Amino acid sequence: MTRHLLSAADLSFGDATLILDTADELARLSDRPVKKLPTLRGRTVVNLFFEDSTRTRISFEAAAKRLSADVINFSAKGSSVSKGESLKDTALTLEAMGADAVVIRHGASGAPHTLAHSGWIGGSIVNAGDGTHEHPTQALLDAFTMRKHLTTLEGRKVVVVGDVLHSRVARSNVLLLATLGADVTLVAPPTLLPVGIDSWPCAYSYDLDSSLAGADAVMMLRVQQERMNAAFFPSVREYSRRYGLDGDRMARLPDHSIVMHPGPMNRGLEITAEVADSERAVIVEQVTNGVSVRMAVLYLLLGGSDSALSGAE
Amino acid sequence: MARSDSAAEDREVLDAEDVQRALTRIAHEVLERNKGAQSVVLLGIPTRGVPLAERLAERISEVEGSQVPFGSLDITMFRDDLRLRPARGLGRTELPAGGIDDAVVVLVDDVLFSGRSIRAALDALGELGRPRSVQLAVLVDRGHRQFPIRADYVGKNLPTSTRETVRVLVAEVDGQDAVLIGGSEPRSIETDGETSS
Repeated sequence: MTRHLLSAADLSFGDATLILDTADELARLSDRPVKKLPTLRGRTVVNLFFEDSTRTRISFEAAAKRLSADVINFSAKGSSVSKGESLKDTALTLEAMGADAVVIRHGASGAPHTLAHSGWIGGSIVNAGDGTHEHPTQALLDAFTMRKHLTTLEGRKVVVVGDVLHSRVARSNVLLLATLGADVTLVAPPTLLPVGIDSWPCAYSYDLDSSLAGADAVMMLRVQQERMNAAFFPSVREYSRRYGLDGDRMARLPDHSIVMHPGPMNRGLEITAEVADSERAVIVEQVTNGVSVRMAVLYLLLGGSDSALSGAE
Repeated sequence: MARSDSAAEDREVLDAEDVQRALTRIAHEVLERNKGAQSVVLLGIPTRGVPLAERLAERISEVEGSQVPFGSLDITMFRDDLRLRPARGLGRTELPAGGIDDAVVVLVDDVLFSGRSIRAALDALGELGRPRSVQLAVLVDRGHRQFPIRADYVGKNLPTSTRETVRVLVAEVDGQDAVLIGGSEPRSIETDGETSS
């Protein structure tokens, strides 16, 4: 049993399938007159956000509220953290308030792991993005979206394009998609691929056009200008010409393939407005699916006497 | 089946034909009581209530000559023993196109035991609409109620001890129709309705 969701690598094939199937059922809730379930009544979920985020925080908040949990939002700005409080003292405060789950986003890779294994907090920890490390619920909602459009992920070709080096989304996606049996190809300029990419369970390439052939899903990553402290590519214009997804490139994709983006988008940089607003783009749908997937995760971790996730070997 | 070793000791109380006959009788009783099938909606409780509801709907349609809507109602999120056991996967809730507002909803389950499942089903139903009335059809009523709940239509009343297990097999799920009563395997009455695996 694993009480926490820290990394996409913690999920076995069975766990991931259970989360996606549960999310499938929970997604049907949005068609009902009462979009709420009593399941987590009396449980407290804390959204602990040390980094800016709109969609992830709102998504977790909506998910927890639809399961009737009490939600406490904690953002570092305007809190004691800006007065210099440490992660440990913040955690002890939350523990004293009786948090059953802490959803944490932190700029430092490994912060959720520290929180989960420190003994400061008794509740479940859900990683909502830590530094350049992982963002497992994003990978789950991406897998959910792909499974919906492509019926299965087994043997599907997924191309992930862009700033892999700074992307926790890419890392979590590669790990989860490998577990679910998809073939992943990462495409980026050499400067934006991390060291040790050979050990990842995926292929990689420096050339976008050849990689797009036969792709079932294309995931464009955001160029994370706020994390770029060096010149990773010569110019924005060159990047978008070589690695951006425009109408011409999209037209060469197979008819059934979908275009994804974790958001927020830099329109005109990694993706053109034409592509982002096209029928192939499932970017808005990803946001909707995010709520269902996060409900599934919270339910499976907190709903019973114990977590329903067995954890990977 | 996880319990195949003990299956040898199981005694068959209803065979496939008995199950068929019981369902046919229940179908007629539903029609008699509601003076026809108008505004009747059958909702099965997963897992085995769902195929039973579908079969009842078929039989009622045969007699009345008009289609009777049916669906499924998952109660997992509404169970009062949710926190006594690890979280588990969900069944499917599928309402017929017309919804359940102002309908006569007949809940269909395989075994009626403590009544806790039905209480959960009534809660789940309340989130989905407002039926005119709710009735309950079960294939087996084995007694030992813990709530003031009774079935309107019963395939077979089966007096049991709490130490016995009652298993309903349905062709769509188990490959055959039968009701089996098992030896005195110690089990908690809290696990009402979950008669197998």
